[in-house]
Amino acid sequence: MDKLLTAKSEPLWNTDKRIIFLISGLIVLLFALPHFGLNSFYLHLMIMIFMHAVMAQSWNVIAGFSGQISLGHGAFFGIGAYATSFLYVQYGISPWIGIFVGIILSGFAAILIGIPMLRLSGHYFAIATLLIGISFQIIFQRWEWVGAASGVWVPMTSGDSWFALQFHSSKMPYYYIFLVFFIITFFLVWILSRSKLGYRLRAVRDDPQAALSLCINVSNYKIIAYVISAMIMAPMGSLFAQYILIIDPDRVFNIEISIIVLLITVLGGIGNVWGPIVGAAILIPISEYSRIYLGGTGGAVDLILYGLILMLICIFRPEGLISFFPKNILERKKQR
Amino acid sequence: MTTEIILQAVATGLMMGLIYALIAAGLSLIFGLMDIVNFAHGEHLMLSMFSSFWLWSLFGLDPIFSIPITILLMALCGVLTHYFLIRYILKAKMLIQICATFGLSIFIRSIAQFLWTPDFRNIDKPLLEGRLEISGIFIGQPQLFASLVCLVAFVLLYLFVTKTETGLALQATAQDRHAAEILGIPSDKMFAIGWAIGLGCVGVAGGMMANYFFIFTDVGINFALFAFVAVALGGFGSIIGCLYAGIIIGLVESLGGLLIDPSFKLLYVFAIYLLVVIFRPQGLFGRY
Repeated sequence: MDKLLTAKSEPLWNTDKRIIFLISGLIVLLFALPHFGLNSFYLHLMIMIFMHAVMAQSWNVIAGFSGQISLGHGAFFGIGAYATSFLYVQYGISPWIGIFVGIILSGFAAILIGIPMLRLSGHYFAIATLLIGISFQIIFQRWEWVGAASGVWVPMTSGDSWFALQFHSSKMPYYYIFLVFFIITFFLVWILSRSKLGYRLRAVRDDPQAALSLCINVSNYKIIAYVISAMIMAPMGSLFAQYILIIDPDRVFNIEISIIVLLITVLGGIGNVWGPIVGAAILIPISEYSRIYLGGTGGAVDLILYGLILMLICIFRPEGLISFFPKNILERKKQR
Repeated sequence: MTTEIILQAVATGLMMGLIYALIAAGLSLIFGLMDIVNFAHGEHLMLSMFSSFWLWSLFGLDPIFSIPITILLMALCGVLTHYFLIRYILKAKMLIQICATFGLSIFIRSIAQFLWTPDFRNIDKPLLEGRLEISGIFIGQPQLFASLVCLVAFVLLYLFVTKTETGLALQATAQDRHAAEILGIPSDKMFAIGWAIGLGCVGVAGGMMANYFFIFTDVGINFALFAFVAVALGGFGSIIGCLYAGIIIGLVESLGGLLIDPSFKLLYVFAIYLLVVIFRPQGLFGRY
């Protein structure tokens, strides 16, 4: 039966030359950037952009490619954060191993949540994930074994340590770690979007009935997308935990995480590999700067902006900012 | 654990349940009418509580008397929401619809936080205070009054939707907006009316709760979550289903809190939602 599905996967190099140059140039630039004497604020800004781009990319896989709107994606972020910190604090296991444990745990959680939930359609799935996201926060707030509401405090090492994934003298190592994860995720999702799996996911999104009639097992593909998405999210939680070294349920399971990934993706362009990157590159500086200049007033100015941007984008540009860019360049080269 | 404590919990649950039911009815009406889930429902509830609070604080109007004003304000708010946001996303994909109302909820909540700070407020010395004792069970007067008003509002809403011409036009639009348009029912106007009534329900509930509940910017979140659960439980677009669902939720919340562990109250209600949508996706009283 599999031969019926003739969608061919597209190799990445089948792309406009200008885009290939742009990507290689960007990668070189990003690797060289810290050597131009950025102060630690700009390093922090770049780290946040990388982190949020990956998080939004994760959400893009489930919402953009397979069309299921998850409003509780923060759960996987939190699982990743708790996995590394908890293993390191309790058992002294290196966060590097913790990252992989977090990825696996998130994948399992996604399977467990996905099997019953992904049968639900549209709104019901969105609400279910919203409730699940909040449930995770409530459960971790009361779970004594993982520190309940006070969370996990990662003890500081005396100096920089690659084993403990802690760097106190400079933000540079964090920058490179986040950058590498950012690049890996970008290519993974790009390959995914051009693979058979990616085409089938989009078929599931656009017309489940038609996909079903072509022998695509709709619910299985939704679960696959959900698991991939969760596994991309988890390492960001782990790295974030290592970056700030204190985690608590209100921070890593916060509903704001689920909101911001949605916002970035919708702003940049949903269902597009470039969308989350554009979205994060625009939104995170806005958010950080508005927090610097207006944060002291106690008002939630950055949140006002988020809400406004989200509504305006939905009304005027549902395809996101990336749709200003000529489509034929971003897509693969025309078949001759 | 005596029977009195359990009866007390049942009474509390019933009274909260009627309020949940009315909030859910507003959500269900909009959902059934235009297939859009108002993710800003909780924020609208918060606005109505603040409206009640400011009318009391600035003009000295007791919440009981300011209820009509609150309802009117919320209905206006619903019409504005429809004309400035919802109208543009009617034909958009579901994803965009969810994001838009989600954006609205963030916007309203953060504007409220910006203007009024996240402080907790309450109304001092309202007209209705104190409690009644009925054979060992204590019932707060404002709570009792609020739930009775909600019940009356619910009955009125039900009669409006099933008996009046406008209500029937609303139902027709909900079933098939194109067919209704052919019959001369302007769907745009019906949507605006739907939003006005839906948020008017929230206005009643919020205005009454302002009597005894703390008023703060995040107050709506839990109520909105419960309203989502109630709509799923009662069945898509079923208004009478919301009444039963609201009461069930109120009872589960208070009895679950009493019998098992109060800190997981929300989880019991969420569990109901998950069980219902998995095993009976049409809800308990759904028409489909």
